Amino acid sequence: MRWILVAVIVLATTLGEVLQAIGMKRHGEIHDFRPDALGRVVSTLVRCRYILAAIAAMAVSFFAFMALLSITELSFAVPVTAASYIFETVLAKYLLKEHVGWKRWMGVLLVAGGVTLLSF
Amino acid sequence: MISSTTTLQLKTRILTTVVVLTNVLGNSLLSRGMRSVGVLLSLSPLPYVQALFNPWVAVGVSLLIVWLLSHMALLSWADLSYVLPMTAVAYVLVAVVGRLFLHEQVSLVRWAGITLIMLGVILVGRTSPRTTLSQPAAEKDSRVEVKTALRSMSGSQHSEARP
Repeated sequence: MRWILVAVIVLATTLGEVLQAIGMKRHGEIHDFRPDALGRVVSTLVRCRYILAAIAAMAVSFFAFMALLSITELSFAVPVTAASYIFETVLAKYLLKEHVGWKRWMGVLLVAGGVTLLSF
Repeated sequence: MISSTTTLQLKTRILTTVVVLTNVLGNSLLSRGMRSVGVLLSLSPLPYVQALFNPWVAVGVSLLIVWLLSHMALLSWADLSYVLPMTAVAYVLVAVVGRLFLHEQVSLVRWAGITLIMLGVILVGRTSPRTTLSQPAAEKDSRVEVKTALRSMSGSQHSEARP
């Protein structure tokens, strides 16, 4: 059961974050952090298809995570989701066309490796 | 005058901090709350709604909403492949908080994990937060970045005169 939840969490997180990145890049950079300006940003975002899909995916990931937390420890639940780092970086490079140089690849691999070690 | 690149760096650092802090606090409170709520394996939404009435869960979820919004704001200009490893500081913070405040044992393997994460974060922190130039909002800033890069290539020893 726990591994089914882990698979759901990893897939939903990857999908959610990539869709979030696409939606936010389409929206453009947020410059104004005053409450009324942020309110306008939120009202624009709730009409963006990518953001809505991202939030749906994040909600699936969140509830699956809540369920996982109720049957396992946080120290198991958090590290296993490290697999999404690799998937998301690959998608960032090929789908979002980000420049992922050696520093980023090494960085992501170190982080994913480190997070995995934390579960021991 | 502060250059756009400096502003971008500063903005990115501040928001990354907010993302990390709300994530760690939110997850910790949620975890604390779920322990008192009990086993939650249901396809019906009712038990989840009931769990929200637990004060720990409620505050945890509120913080995670702030986390989601700040994460989205950060992604409005920064690369996903930058945000992803940078926000991994959260794992380090969880371990440090556990060691300092909950007096948990941090094994040698875990310290090794923490070290690897910090090395990764330092490495990614040395890259520019934004590498894509296509979006219209980024156009002005990226032109400045290109100019700065050209200037540093042509002779970084010269002191820069800013208007």
